[in-house]
Amino acid sequence: MADTGDLKKGFKLLIEGAPWQVVEAQFVKPGKGVAFFRTKLKDMQTGRVIDRTYRSGEKLEKADTEERTMQYLFAEGENYVFMDNETYDQMRISKEQLGDNVFYLLDNTNVDVMLFEGRPIGITPPTFVELEVVETEPGFKGDTTSNVQKPAITSTGLKVNVPLFVNQGDTLKIDTRTGDYVERVKK
Amino acid sequence: MEATSLAALSGTAAACVVVVAARVVHQAGPELALLDASGGCRAELAEGAPPAPGTWVRLSGRWDGQVLTGARVVEAHVPAAPWPRAGGEWRWLRDDDDRRLTLLRLRARLKDAVRAFFADHDFLEVDTPAMVPSPGLDVHLDAFGVSGSVAPRWLITSPEYQLKRVLAGGLPRVYQMARCFRRGERGPLHEPEFTMVEWYRTFAGSAEVMADTERLVAQVAEAANGRPVLLGRSGAVDVTPPWERLSVTEAFARYAGRDAEALLAEGEEAFFRVLATELEPQLGRERPVFLTGWPASMASLARLDAEGRADRFEAYVDGVELCNGFGELVDPVEQRARLQRDRASREAQGLPAYPIDGRFLAALEEGLPPSGGNALGFDRLVMLAAGASHIADVLAVPSGRL
Repeated sequence: MADTGDLKKGFKLLIEGAPWQVVEAQFVKPGKGVAFFRTKLKDMQTGRVIDRTYRSGEKLEKADTEERTMQYLFAEGENYVFMDNETYDQMRISKEQLGDNVFYLLDNTNVDVMLFEGRPIGITPPTFVELEVVETEPGFKGDTTSNVQKPAITSTGLKVNVPLFVNQGDTLKIDTRTGDYVERVKK
Repeated sequence: MEATSLAALSGTAAACVVVVAARVVHQAGPELALLDASGGCRAELAEGAPPAPGTWVRLSGRWDGQVLTGARVVEAHVPAAPWPRAGGEWRWLRDDDDRRLTLLRLRARLKDAVRAFFADHDFLEVDTPAMVPSPGLDVHLDAFGVSGSVAPRWLITSPEYQLKRVLAGGLPRVYQMARCFRRGERGPLHEPEFTMVEWYRTFAGSAEVMADTERLVAQVAEAANGRPVLLGRSGAVDVTPPWERLSVTEAFARYAGRDAEALLAEGEEAFFRVLATELEPQLGRERPVFLTGWPASMASLARLDAEGRADRFEAYVDGVELCNGFGELVDPVEQRARLQRDRASREAQGLPAYPIDGRFLAALEEGLPPSGGNALGFDRLVMLAAGASHIADVLAVPSGRL
């Protein structure tokens, strides 16, 4: 059994049978009054964030989640198929559950899949992925210093702002935490 | 020869021989850049192997108005670890453009401003013990016990009992800048160990002490920012007296559309939940506010007023509870009854039931005239003065770095 002392960023708890993750937790206490923890919690299945205030000392239920490394195999309609690298079991995760992470899926690459009670509820892609540009305005050669950017679209459908020198067919390193361009990769 | 601070060099006549104590932060050939807590300067070594960056040095040299010329290393201390180290003390104090160092300097200055205020108003500074036979019986405050003491001792949660004994002893105006300790409190506005400015004046009530508070805070704000303004956490607050007085009942109605009495009838938790999450963030924006007229059940050590409400106030500045003051309860019979009730209540909730401080009650019996007092969080005042968002920002070594 956990309690409010465990309410730290990243802690996973069960609310009405569903797993939530602490995004932010703050101790608040009127000087001569009852202490509380004000939290922001993220629904691990939908990504929805809510505010919730717990009385200090309240008991909490820890969510038992498990992270497993799986290989992304292919898309099948609205579902994406993954294979557990240890058991070779295949699992389907819906496009909705994956959210923006669908843009970082490359065939036969590994991702961390979050399981709750044996069911997949989301994935964590590698921090950096390399994606090919399929659409952007032609680049200006030599312009490697200015901060001006232009839009580009990758083979996975990710829309990203890139420097002017980037061309169609270039491979880009993308930070999956922010969805931002990091650098152009020489192939 | 006493070392001159680097900032003081600019006021030193050229061609003077000086000694400085500082850290070498940059070195190229015989040219050094030095930094101490006050500022920086350049130096040119006359001879010898130049000290590497990170080395502490005492240097003597001739100040030419710009550079310390012909400098000689009097003494050097080379760090054992690579410098500067991630997470190390140098980085902690200097990161973010010396932000923390600036706040520590401000903190020291504001402590002086507080002392000047009380000296101007004829308050005597007294230092009462941090280890006491009873830390108070407030249901919502938990104390740290002291191990190794012969008689049971706890660390104070506030210096209230002992200051009132001093007051009853015949000192009409006293204050203390006390280190206080509260178990289980840590957050953006809480540290388990913090500094409280606590003062008492006889033949006074909360009206006089609220007036003290306004003037003290305005004077401290002037010392910090040159005008009576605190930078606040979300925006600047003009702290020019007088501040608004708002009853708890009005505040609940105005900021949460709730009936404070009805909430209290549901239980203390419901009351404080609304106070902490709905009211507090809105209180004291742009101008500070005193919350007055607290429910009798929250009187603590305050007397009750004619309407049966606690003669207690709290000041809020930009959503931060800055202080808690009372028209003090001086009736020894009522005080004993309340302490016994609080103690029973702690016991019933399974909380440590600390002893009742007999000498505090004896002092009330010997005679404490009608008095007013206030306890103000000094760390929070520094935060608000500087616009810092976390109490740890205004501490040299916060508890999280121990």
